[in-house]
Amino acid sequence: MSNEVLKRCPQCQKDVQVGEHKICPYCNYHFPLTVAERLALFADEGSFKEMSSGMRSMNPISLAGYEEKLKENQKKSSLSDAVTIGRCTIGGKPVVVGIMSFAFMGGSMGSVVGEKITQAMVEGALTGDPVVLFTASGGARMQEGIFSLMQMAKTASTAALLEETRTPLFLVLTNPTTGGVTASFAMLGDVILAEPGAIIGFAGPRVIEGTIGEKLPEGFQRSEFQLEKGFIDSIVERKKLKETLSFLIETHTRRA
Amino acid sequence: MADEKKQVLQETVEHMESMLSNNQKFEAKSSWDCVLLSRQSGRPGAKAFISMICDQFMELHGDRSYGDDPAMIGGIGTVEGRAITFIGNRKGANFRENVSCNYGMSNPEGYRKALRLAKQAEKFGRPVVCFIDTPGAYPGLGSEERGIGQAIAQNLKVFSTLKTPVLCFIIGEGGSGGALGIGIGDKLYMLENAVYSVITPEGFASILLRDPSKAKEAAEAMKMTSHHLKEFGVIHDIIEEKSPEETARLIKETIIRDLDNLCSKPPEHLVRYRLKKIRGIGEVSGGKEWWQPLLEVFAKTQSFR
Repeated sequence: MSNEVLKRCPQCQKDVQVGEHKICPYCNYHFPLTVAERLALFADEGSFKEMSSGMRSMNPISLAGYEEKLKENQKKSSLSDAVTIGRCTIGGKPVVVGIMSFAFMGGSMGSVVGEKITQAMVEGALTGDPVVLFTASGGARMQEGIFSLMQMAKTASTAALLEETRTPLFLVLTNPTTGGVTASFAMLGDVILAEPGAIIGFAGPRVIEGTIGEKLPEGFQRSEFQLEKGFIDSIVERKKLKETLSFLIETHTRRA
Repeated sequence: MADEKKQVLQETVEHMESMLSNNQKFEAKSSWDCVLLSRQSGRPGAKAFISMICDQFMELHGDRSYGDDPAMIGGIGTVEGRAITFIGNRKGANFRENVSCNYGMSNPEGYRKALRLAKQAEKFGRPVVCFIDTPGAYPGLGSEERGIGQAIAQNLKVFSTLKTPVLCFIIGEGGSGGALGIGIGDKLYMLENAVYSVITPEGFASILLRDPSKAKEAAEAMKMTSHHLKEFGVIHDIIEEKSPEETARLIKETIIRDLDNLCSKPPEHLVRYRLKKIRGIGEVSGGKEWWQPLLEVFAKTQSFR
């Protein structure tokens, strides 16, 4: 993938050479990946075909400054919104994928994110191909008011349809996955995987600290904590991602 | 726990003080007025409405897994000969109850109790009525440890396909995911002065406006009143607020009218309608038509074709 570059690790504050998987060699911090870098971890080369790339956010509650904020983020991140969906193959097997980008407005879920995640799931339900969703989100996009809250209902109710059509839904939770995304489709996978050390929870750490009036214990809401508490199935290293997804796709294919 | 209680006590004192200073009659209501009214102590809660609406009510407790959450009330009531499962956020009617009910902020076991009672209702073909009145789900350590996100997610999924009529009434504060967790149904109503939003105006002010003192401006910008939400098509209708007894009577009439209509429909039709309604919420440009694909998915299911 990319060449080794020197980066400051935000977790251990060391200047590190991040290798092809963008992981800190000292503290195992997983740097965020671009959509292309993420795809390169598991998708067959050149197999990705984006869906609904022309979809854009509107300003449903006419909030001052939101349109500028969107433009600014589109420019800064070269993304159209906080999720990219499409089809690809993994080891020759077709899947529908959705990849969230924290770089775009904190991966917040507004109408576009909710609609694209829903479309990806519907595509899976119609074709029978497994749906693989990668989350990275601070939660609902407050700038869209009640419409952002309703995206939780939309994505979760579509997950119910995947259940009815027996379409596999796999989640890979990456750092961070919180708020309305956690309280909707992120927790509804048939199998829920997570990257090591990712923050996964409903309320953000600062909100909880504000409520209880003390510091959170070390490791609270990390992937390892969620594994111990029983909310995720497995923690998967980036180098094992393709192998793991291939195994899941293979074992979830229904035979006539 | 002691610290949590202390925090709650402190908040209560501040709340009561602010209520005293705001103890005036509201004429032309701004969004912020509605925020204050929706939180006002003495406002009838789920328990009060249930007892005013039902001829008989039996409370049912516990999630069968961890415990019983006093912030979520649930049980079976009879309304003019009809058995209905009632579920509601419970803030408590006085200071002592406010504390024991955690101000209506549920832990996961509250949402799991609601889910258990909803599925029980489905099994016996009883309709479900939900009363929403919460600042939000509880953001505490235990709540996170026991999977508050998973509990709400599960409710959204199951309520959206529950094969029995579900009516939801936002009677006070409709606080974000905590409200949505018992807020998916065939019909959604709001009392006139109730509010429904993705975050509190205080939270919106401190995060987006970077100034916690701008909650009032935030409330206006967020468009969170019953009138806004009706305009957006998020709710079906607004229920006028009169005296508590009169308001209860209006809710009761709505329940009877809707159930007369909904109970005669096949449950799979209800679910299809509910899913279509949810599917249509959101505003995007450059989207594609979603209606036909959804119908095709319905055709592929056993239950909703």
